[in-house]
Amino acid sequence: MALVEIENLHLAIRAFEGEAQVLAGVDLAIERGEIWGLVGETGCGKSLTGLSISRLVSSPPARYPKGAIRFDGRDILAADEAEMRKLRGRRIGMIFQDPTTNLNPAFRVGEQMIDVALHAARVDASVLGLDAKASARARRAAARALAVRLLERVGVARAAERVDDYPHQFSGGMRQRVLIAMALIGKPDLLIADEPTTALDVSVQAQILKLLHELAREQGLAILLITHNLGVVAQIASHVAVMYAGRVVERGAARAVLKAPAHPYTQALIASLPRAGAARGSLVGIPGVVPNLFSPPAGCRFAPRCPLAVARCGEAPPLEAAGAAREVACWRAERAA
Amino acid sequence: MSAAESPKIDDAQAGGDRAAMARALYRFRQSALSIVGAAIVLMLLALVVVAPWIAPHPEHAAGGFAMGARFAPPSAQAWFGTNELGQDVLSLVLIGGRVSLLSGVAVVLAATLVGTLVGATAGYAGGLIDDALMRFTDLWLTLPGLILAMALAAALGPGVANMIFAIAVAWWPGYARLVRGETLARREDAYVQAARALGAGPLRIVGRHILPNIVSPIIVKMSLDVGFAILTVASLGFVGIGVKPPTPEWGSLLSNARGYLPDFWWTAIFPGLAIFLAVFGFNLLGDGLRDVLDPRARR
Amino acid sequence: MSALLQLERVSKTYRGGGPFSRGAEVTALDEVSFAVPRGACFGVVGESGSGKTTLTRLMLALEAPTAGRVLFDGEDVAALAGAALKRFRRRAQIVFQDPYASLDPRMRVRDIVAEGMAIHRDALKLGARAQTERVVELLSIVGLGAQHLHRYPHEFSGGQRQRICIARALAVEPELVILDEPTSALDVSVQAQVLALFETLKQKLNLTYVFISHDLGVVRYVCDRVAVIHRGRIVEEAETPALFDAPRSEHARELIAAMPDPDPDRSPFRL
Repeated sequence: MALVEIENLHLAIRAFEGEAQVLAGVDLAIERGEIWGLVGETGCGKSLTGLSISRLVSSPPARYPKGAIRFDGRDILAADEAEMRKLRGRRIGMIFQDPTTNLNPAFRVGEQMIDVALHAARVDASVLGLDAKASARARRAAARALAVRLLERVGVARAAERVDDYPHQFSGGMRQRVLIAMALIGKPDLLIADEPTTALDVSVQAQILKLLHELAREQGLAILLITHNLGVVAQIASHVAVMYAGRVVERGAARAVLKAPAHPYTQALIASLPRAGAARGSLVGIPGVVPNLFSPPAGCRFAPRCPLAVARCGEAPPLEAAGAAREVACWRAERAA
Repeated sequence: MSAAESPKIDDAQAGGDRAAMARALYRFRQSALSIVGAAIVLMLLALVVVAPWIAPHPEHAAGGFAMGARFAPPSAQAWFGTNELGQDVLSLVLIGGRVSLLSGVAVVLAATLVGTLVGATAGYAGGLIDDALMRFTDLWLTLPGLILAMALAAALGPGVANMIFAIAVAWWPGYARLVRGETLARREDAYVQAARALGAGPLRIVGRHILPNIVSPIIVKMSLDVGFAILTVASLGFVGIGVKPPTPEWGSLLSNARGYLPDFWWTAIFPGLAIFLAVFGFNLLGDGLRDVLDPRARR
Repeated sequence: MSALLQLERVSKTYRGGGPFSRGAEVTALDEVSFAVPRGACFGVVGESGSGKTTLTRLMLALEAPTAGRVLFDGEDVAALAGAALKRFRRRAQIVFQDPYASLDPRMRVRDIVAEGMAIHRDALKLGARAQTERVVELLSIVGLGAQHLHRYPHEFSGGQRQRICIARALAVEPELVILDEPTSALDVSVQAQVLALFETLKQKLNLTYVFISHDLGVVRYVCDRVAVIHRGRIVEEAETPALFDAPRSEHARELIAAMPDPDPDRSPFRL
């Protein structure tokens, strides 16, 4: 059994224009120690997939008409808020794009980390390595020690001093490290990282990716890396899932998917990247626009833009194995590959 | 957030102004309280507009009295009872509402006009002009508004226009501060930079690009302020330096009635209730409009 | 080939604080020099805080340099005023990074694109009707159509908005267009389309581009020559292939090494 299992997940969000079918068949299975790159363009539902795992999509206006999410065997969609709060503080860590707005500027980073640690310890006393009867003072001291240890772990130099600094005293890259340290407090099994390096310079991005890669390798942390940047995914992901208009259209080992994409959408996406040696004017992008999710096309959602579309594409293709290390949802995949 | 992922409406669905209006209405309707606010405000406005025709004794508002019917408690003939002069309280409240609501709205309009002029000039010009205008505004803000308005109103003598002028003079600095802040923020927006790069002058930039984009917070503040302005008008009326008698006005009605409490409670309770309803209604409406218009709530 | 735009030892320092306080000086640009020939696409690459934004503002004469000169067609732009400045505004245009922020949300597409024509009415000699016709023509050049004239910006996707921004810049018939991170807010499939549009327009309208970006992949793809800016200084300037194949400066080497390559076999983290 995989750590995270998402099966045929559907998500609909009610809005003024009607009900948008924002997720319509997301299938994903993440094992401990794997880094999954979840890629796709604006509006494809990749962030909502991440938020759904920790049930952070407010419902209403959202609802889950079909599908399942299981975390370590537990049915997430059936869990109540109290249960979810325990999971979020402890076993699922999250980091987001903007490291500035996710830290409270009015408190020292150490204080914020201690708060999180004490909260996590209420769920699971072992987080602080103390038994449940330890005094408040002892818990606080242990939480502070843990904060320093984790800041060291994520590469904050002189962590014992910097734990008393305010967020504004850290650079953007360092703030993202602090947030990663914070996410690690509850010794999570899964880290959901939503565009964690998009706001950072490339040199800083490389350092953060290196850190995430080490965490997965050394601690067996499972990482769901949500990004639009295929370069980032190619660097550290062990596996890739490509989403289009609310569906996973292709998934598998990173090398298989990125080196020899099977789905026409994945192919077009990779062909849009300006790579070394590309002649000026040679990139064309993907003609057409993403479908309207209030009234999505029946069948394959990419069909209206697909150069290989045939009549059969009016029927939704299932996600099926194509080769050893990959699955693809396309009737024409064999020929496309 | 779901908003970041929400799909773009494409050509088939977009419909320009009508769609935007419908969308705003949809958001407005999501909040029951703002509907209540809008209903109260509309009802009060409608009532005072038609007051001279629906008031049972419009002549009482012009100074007429009926000593034979003094201090009649609320009844089927006089719903709100009568006062010490036998005047019908319902008629006085209805017609008095015209002065109260009109002055409240007029004060806010005048203050907005002056405040916007000062704030936009300061915010866009920056530098020394900004410093000078804002220090002047700050100086003004250090004077207690109500006392300033009272002093001015007393000096100018009674009358609706004088009272509106007096309160507006005390009221504009808030708008100047708001508009300056919003102007400063918008001035750095990319579309304003783009207009500058196209060679647009200051009048065009402020008039076409900045002001239209800051009307929302101004309107929200205005609708919240009308309630307070009505309260201030009533306060001046209460201390006797507002409108000229016999013109009725909610504050002066209340002031007048305080000598007859608690025995003849109806003379005070109905004008008081009217003030409360108006302030409450405008505040709810303002909160509702904020939900609809505030750009942070929109995205 | 004569240079359309030339920067001569341009520096810009900002002083913190207001008129009564005197804060520390911050040097945003330090003796920056380069020349952009007519018809070129000149790239400026740098990370956040490198001085790219200041550079843009100086090139457009939205601010004056503290020292040095910005020459446009041989004239010092900081010295321009009145009619000459207005003429310069028409000849040099900009497309900004964020197509969501750079269109006035309260204006219709027609008025957005026509604004430059209204401002430069004297020079372009277009009446209201002729302006609308010209807007339609511009919209079709950038791949939109007359059906979009009366729409508001929020009704468009990011790529479509960037096309509107491009049409707005082209409306005044500029010679130089500064492209300030014009695709960094767009998805790659849309980025490819917009980059292709830039290339077509450059040929068709004889444009000169200054392409400012932090994305080395895009710069390598579109620019003839690239300057790398770091902490307000140009640390390296070279023809594009030379820069990427054999960077001479330490900073350029670091930037190129940190470029995330979409090929998993070239990842520094894999074995």
